[in-house]
Amino acid sequence: MMMISKPTTMVVCLKGAAAGQQQNRNMATLKQISMRLKSVTNIQKITQSMKMVSAAKYARAERELRQARPYGEGVKAFYEKSGATEAVDGGDNNKLIVAITSDRGLCGAVHTNVAKTIRNELGAEAVESPQSKVFCVGDKSRALLQRLYAQNIAVVANEVGRKPPTFLDASKVANELIQLDFNSGKIVYNRFKTVVSYQTEEVPLLSAKTMLAAPKLQLYDSIDQGVMESYQEFTVAALLYYTMKESACSEQSSRMTAMDNASKNAAEMIGKLTLTFNRTRQAVITRELIEIISGAAALE
Amino acid sequence: MALFLRSTKLAARLTQGPTKCFSRNYADQMNFTFAAANQIFYANKNIKQVDVPSFSGSFGILPNHVPTLAVLRPGVVTVYEDEGKSKKIFVSSGTITVNEDSSVQVLAEEAHPVEDIDGSAARQVLQEAQSQLATASGDVAKAEAAIAVEVAEALVLAAGN
Repeated sequence: MMMISKPTTMVVCLKGAAAGQQQNRNMATLKQISMRLKSVTNIQKITQSMKMVSAAKYARAERELRQARPYGEGVKAFYEKSGATEAVDGGDNNKLIVAITSDRGLCGAVHTNVAKTIRNELGAEAVESPQSKVFCVGDKSRALLQRLYAQNIAVVANEVGRKPPTFLDASKVANELIQLDFNSGKIVYNRFKTVVSYQTEEVPLLSAKTMLAAPKLQLYDSIDQGVMESYQEFTVAALLYYTMKESACSEQSSRMTAMDNASKNAAEMIGKLTLTFNRTRQAVITRELIEIISGAAALE
Repeated sequence: MALFLRSTKLAARLTQGPTKCFSRNYADQMNFTFAAANQIFYANKNIKQVDVPSFSGSFGILPNHVPTLAVLRPGVVTVYEDEGKSKKIFVSSGTITVNEDSSVQVLAEEAHPVEDIDGSAARQVLQEAQSQLATASGDVAKAEAAIAVEVAEALVLAAGN
């Protein structure tokens, strides 16, 4: 009996503070409201400063992304112009999917969208080819995929997202990636559009073999195995660099909006709680006055 | 009369020939992109010529170059712009792509204008790389040191010019 009462009073004061303040106007709720008010104010301070930090990081990421865009376009130009991407649809089962995320959360649905795309892909093809491998860049994609597709995860790259990605990071990832044996693959990442929007997209990832099988490759002059291998290795690193930059920029912009919304929500809560707090305090004072006056009246 | 007719036809065909050829590869345009991870130098610009160092030998690219793929060697890329100016840029490594529509992409890992290179610093880098090569043990470390020496040598050469 005693055990039940405690949680019910807690729930009443938290949820019914605004609506049912008539029922519980006493000192206990007043204290609880002020505690809650303090905690929400603290949370608002945190989200506000996180917003400021990510705004600064976003400005930098956006500036760097503007530099990286033509780089990525340059890499993709050969893919499109040689028709190499069309040759991929041959239906081989040795596929590799690279998830570009980061270690940090609290940034909207950026990482979830990447994981969702991959989950759909894996779920659709699990029957025919369970061998598709997943390369997780960033801890978040691992955490999101681990529960259902733990056996698909081949490599996980950590320590992503604390600092802006560099070409060195990309070449480290590329180095690991090349050692995995794959026929075709893709990189799933978030393409930055504006401060408030991004799009989850994918770019094809080609092995040297698929590149050599490109339909228009006969037009290209003086290509041998060695050149193609080096070319493919550098292309992979460059593509990773570009997608990591895109992803970092969308993440920061998304975190900025997420934290902005959180601060706004906290401000709204603070407003409501302050109102309730003042009303409750006034009610307590009024009640005490009534008690004193009626006590004095009874003595006369 | 018949002979005359045929020769005029031939002449007509001859004059048609080159114009046809030009209209196919849209004129002397060269869609040139030169980007590095640290900086962009040209984005879809039109230029006269570009000389690139590659592992299969240095070569110049003019508009309507035959499509090719190549891997950049550490060295100096020379770009001849439309206005007659030329620009020298040092590259560490990367790729060259010439596509059939005469668009050229030079992508480098890192690139800097030659005039920004400090000659004495480059020589110091070379010395460090050489000593590292001498002390390196293991195949991977040796290969890495050899690459460092190669880049440093190219740097010194580029700074000297």
